[in-house]
Amino acid sequence: MVDPKPTLDINTDLARAILIDFLATEIRRAGFERAVLGLSGGLDSTLACYLTAEALGPQNVLAVRMPYRTSAPESLEHAGLVIQASGVQELTIPISDMVDPLLAHVPEGETVRRGNIMARARMIILYDQSAATGGLVVGTGNKTEILLGYTTLYGDSACALNPLGDLYKTQVRQLARAIGVPEVILAKAPSADLWKGQTDEAELGFTYAEVDRLLVLLVDGRYSPQACVEAGFEEAFVRAVIERIRRNQYKRALPLIAKLSNRTVGYDFLYLRDWGT
Amino acid sequence: MTHVTIALAQIKTRLGDVQANLAKHLELIDEAGRRGADLVVFPELSLTGYVLQDLTPTVAHRAESQDPVFQPLLQASRSIDILVGFVEGDVRHRFYIAAAYLSRGEVLHVHRKVYLPTYGLFDEGRFFAWGDQIRAFDTRFGRFGVLICEDFWHASPPYLLWLDGADVFLFISASPGRGLNGEDRLESARWVEQINQAYASLFTAFVAHTNRVGFEDGLNFWGGATVFDPNGVCLAQGPYHEEALTLADLDLAQLNRTRTRLPLLRDERTALVQRELERILRRGEKSEG
Repeated sequence: MVDPKPTLDINTDLARAILIDFLATEIRRAGFERAVLGLSGGLDSTLACYLTAEALGPQNVLAVRMPYRTSAPESLEHAGLVIQASGVQELTIPISDMVDPLLAHVPEGETVRRGNIMARARMIILYDQSAATGGLVVGTGNKTEILLGYTTLYGDSACALNPLGDLYKTQVRQLARAIGVPEVILAKAPSADLWKGQTDEAELGFTYAEVDRLLVLLVDGRYSPQACVEAGFEEAFVRAVIERIRRNQYKRALPLIAKLSNRTVGYDFLYLRDWGT
Repeated sequence: MTHVTIALAQIKTRLGDVQANLAKHLELIDEAGRRGADLVVFPELSLTGYVLQDLTPTVAHRAESQDPVFQPLLQASRSIDILVGFVEGDVRHRFYIAAAYLSRGEVLHVHRKVYLPTYGLFDEGRFFAWGDQIRAFDTRFGRFGVLICEDFWHASPPYLLWLDGADVFLFISASPGRGLNGEDRLESARWVEQINQAYASLFTAFVAHTNRVGFEDGLNFWGGATVFDPNGVCLAQGPYHEEALTLADLDLAQLNRTRTRLPLLRDERTALVQRELERILRRGEKSEG
């Protein structure tokens, strides 16, 4: 009997096969053989690295480690484990020298501004490596953070294609476990590692396990807020999550173009990126 | 003719590149013929790709002998029957999602998709005109019916084909894979397989379905061609997500055996359906008025 409620449980073999095929097909279709990705040593970038290595061959994947002086030392180590296990090419470019002159003008307490600067500095490095190596930038953002807007616009969200964007964090974890991601990476608390002691769940104010169970009802199951409350979620939590999704819609959309002509990019000039391929 | 061998092609297409897709069709038609098929069936919009959007008018053709794309297909149909998916542009410059059945150098039938999904991830009604006919047609193997994807998500088009004499249903799709859960296949695959098996059982007929594979941007197409016999038994199944040419031998004498055991067609009360449908529609008119 299939549970009529939308579920977070996924067939990991099927997910893996589709995502590997997606990466291989769409990267090659765009005329590329290689990929570049930022590898933090966290769960998302680790899974993206494994999948991309399997799709293109590890010799065609460049994993870039970009630590800042306050980054947790174990992040670098964990990324090293992934590089070793997956066999991908590796490059380490610390961002401290690059961002410190800019951060000197940003008060210590303004953690969001400081975090955004670091995330965007990493984006600059990845896109430079993309040009240098002829590899497309593979994104590592998951569905939970995309919906919640827990991402830096033009920073960690910048990529050419994203294999994980339709998997909630809980599902990323399930797939990562099935693929054989090292236990130490599965076990640690998710963190953007933008400042010391930062964890996603402390910053968000709820756990991924909790919010994913709500999101799968709201988004995938199209449950009304009231139905979510009836399903056992606190009303204030439901309202806060819905508001967060709404407020961050701009991060999921291309910049607005003011329509003037009869045919405008985005409104009535409509083609897939795969046009002609 | 008591047997027909159908080859179900599940292919990747190049989006908007009709010439490249035509070349692939001709290769597969040749392969199907060499493997002993009598008929080769291609997916929805097999000559063009699926999410065409503003490419629609640039890929339109007409199923006629002067058409540069249909000319070689008609030539190839002299040795094997072909069902091909394309964008049909009519003389008034309307565009349809269409499928043409070609046999012995002739166009036997063109079906224009009557249900254009325009919801969720689908936007067909924005770019295409709605077909307005559901007709079975005679082939050298018996009477067939063709439907395109959303057409058979509705129960009435297969039902009409059944009453119009179709014993072999050819269903073609460009069905994006969706609904990943803990099950062994995507929800979209499970749903289509269930209904096709149900149609075969309910109409005691053969139901052959083929679907695209490959990607268009982030959409995957899941393939998984199937043939169900009049007992609802799966005769052949193609792989998921891979290109394949899946052959199935249809023993048309099974129609006789199944319908002797289970005379659903004989007992179908079409006059009752008509009477009740007219009543229901009259009532609808009243309540809407």
